[in-house]
Amino acid sequence: MADTTLHLFQTRPSAARRWEKGILAVFGLATYFIMACGAAILLTIMVRGAPTVFRTQAPFVNVAFLTQAPETLFVFEFEGRKYELGDQAFRAFKAEHPAAENVKAESYANSSGGIFPCIVGTVLLVVGSMTIALVLGVSAAVYLNEYARDGKFIRSIRLSIANLAGVPSIVFGLFGAGMFVLFFGWNMSLLSGWFTLAFMILPVVITASEESLRAVPKGFREGSLALGATRWQTIRKNVVPYALPGILTSSILGIARVAGETAPIMFTAAYSVRDQLPWQGLTHWTDFFFQGVMALPYHIFVVSSKIPQNMYTERVQYGTAFIFMLIVGLIAAASILLRNKLRNRYKW
Amino acid sequence: MVTTAATLMETRSPSPHSRPTMAAPAAATPAEQAAPAAPVLIDVDHVDFFYGASHALHDVSLQILEKKVTAFIGPSGCGKSTLLRCFNRMNDLIDGTRVANGSIKIRGVDIYRRDVDPIELRKRVGMVFQKSNPFPKSIYENITYGLRLQGVRSKTRLDEVVEKSLRGAALWEEVKDRLHASGLGLSGGQQQRLCIARAIAVEPEIILMDEPCSALDPIATAKVEELINELKSRFTIVIVTHNMQQAARCSDKTAFFYLGRLIEYADTQTIFMNPSNPQTEAYVSGRFG
Repeated sequence: MADTTLHLFQTRPSAARRWEKGILAVFGLATYFIMACGAAILLTIMVRGAPTVFRTQAPFVNVAFLTQAPETLFVFEFEGRKYELGDQAFRAFKAEHPAAENVKAESYANSSGGIFPCIVGTVLLVVGSMTIALVLGVSAAVYLNEYARDGKFIRSIRLSIANLAGVPSIVFGLFGAGMFVLFFGWNMSLLSGWFTLAFMILPVVITASEESLRAVPKGFREGSLALGATRWQTIRKNVVPYALPGILTSSILGIARVAGETAPIMFTAAYSVRDQLPWQGLTHWTDFFFQGVMALPYHIFVVSSKIPQNMYTERVQYGTAFIFMLIVGLIAAASILLRNKLRNRYKW
Repeated sequence: MVTTAATLMETRSPSPHSRPTMAAPAAATPAEQAAPAAPVLIDVDHVDFFYGASHALHDVSLQILEKKVTAFIGPSGCGKSTLLRCFNRMNDLIDGTRVANGSIKIRGVDIYRRDVDPIELRKRVGMVFQKSNPFPKSIYENITYGLRLQGVRSKTRLDEVVEKSLRGAALWEEVKDRLHASGLGLSGGQQQRLCIARAIAVEPEIILMDEPCSALDPIATAKVEELINELKSRFTIVIVTHNMQQAARCSDKTAFFYLGRLIEYADTQTIFMNPSNPQTEAYVSGRFG
């Protein structure tokens, strides 16, 4: 160090300077740690689930897994060969080989066949509950933000809504079971599940819708009213359309939550096994709403906690989780596309 | 009653030729001055106005004449915008506002009467805002917004009105090739003229302008002022402005407000050249405000 004098912009060593580096390292580490955890979860599901979902030969996708109902898997040895067959195939096999009638087979529930009924059930639950939540939530937000006069009462309503967001989902499940399943007598049904899930995400939808409505400039409302529009005309033509992208953004989060929640539907809508698909065996079209369905999150719960864990059951566990993530991702992607389209249409 | 009110207002005005050197407002030509007084369209009679507990207008009385441009001037917070927004009851939208005393009559009808529908009122009394607020829709949809609300569906009729209104707002030549482009793609001045076109598309009788040029550059301002001069043959215009030159350039009558009171209301020329009130004189000569 030939030159001992510090020049003007040189860093002087100080406690504050040392802290700077330490803090930066802590924040950085925290971020990378979270990312690593997330990646670990996603990668595990992808790596372990991919073999179930994809095939190395055309059509490269395990069509049976996506289109069939779950079946019991039978594993047995016959004439020196090892077989892994689903329920139906096993029966056909026995019919073909009478000698196999009394073969000793290990059986694993739900480990063969596919998860099509669960996919259908989850999509139905998401679409129905999001529709209910958006209609109720946007109406409430419009009322609170556009019509209601701000006062103590309205503020207490807002506070209650915010508090509702913190209620655990199992409590919503119990509420749904008490209200819709028992009191209204809807039993375990799509309708009960829809309303329970809708109520669960209503606080999020209302709060976000209110934010989006508030973000629409006052000038649009005034300009419309000054042209002789009624309040409702103004809201319908000149406020809600501009708020929709924001409302959709929040409902994308809602979709992921609704699709993923297990607790609310296990009391209200989800069956662990159901032979018929929702559109099969309806005597009247209204029966559609009063039937329980299988659902992906509940199916994951069933296959990973109600049956023994081994290499055969693992396939369906990871495969279901993988498909589940894919479907949530797809629904969210569709909503994002829709939102971006709306956003480009109404820019200000 | 109408004529007496009008003459009362006129009696204060001195000879219009007292100081001919000053840039006279276009309307104040001798021929116009000599013409018989225009009928009263808006009659504001001893109005007190409150925002909650704050007393925004004190005992304001004035008569606005048909097919004239009336300017409201005064420092910020003097109540000029408040009075303007009383004319189409836009103040109704703010909680806790009320006209405590007096009446505002348009064509003899008290617009604060119970059976007056503010929606119908606003169809007759258009408004242009300080901040231009074209809707984030196409130019065409902006202009037809009001008519569509009234149930007009005919494409030919809408097309006609769009062209007529845009011509009326001196915007047609600039936008006729991009009627279906967003109104927000226009420049600030064009946006404000689009808002004027949107207001005149529903054929109101009165157009209220709340500082329409305060966000515009001088060239855009000049265009809007020119437009105001053209529009006054068809509409009665009330304009709030901070810009005294603007009031002098484009209005026939000027009202000076200060702290919620109407200080002086007379012909524009009188207000600017021979005000009777010392406060008015101080304000228009730039000594305060």
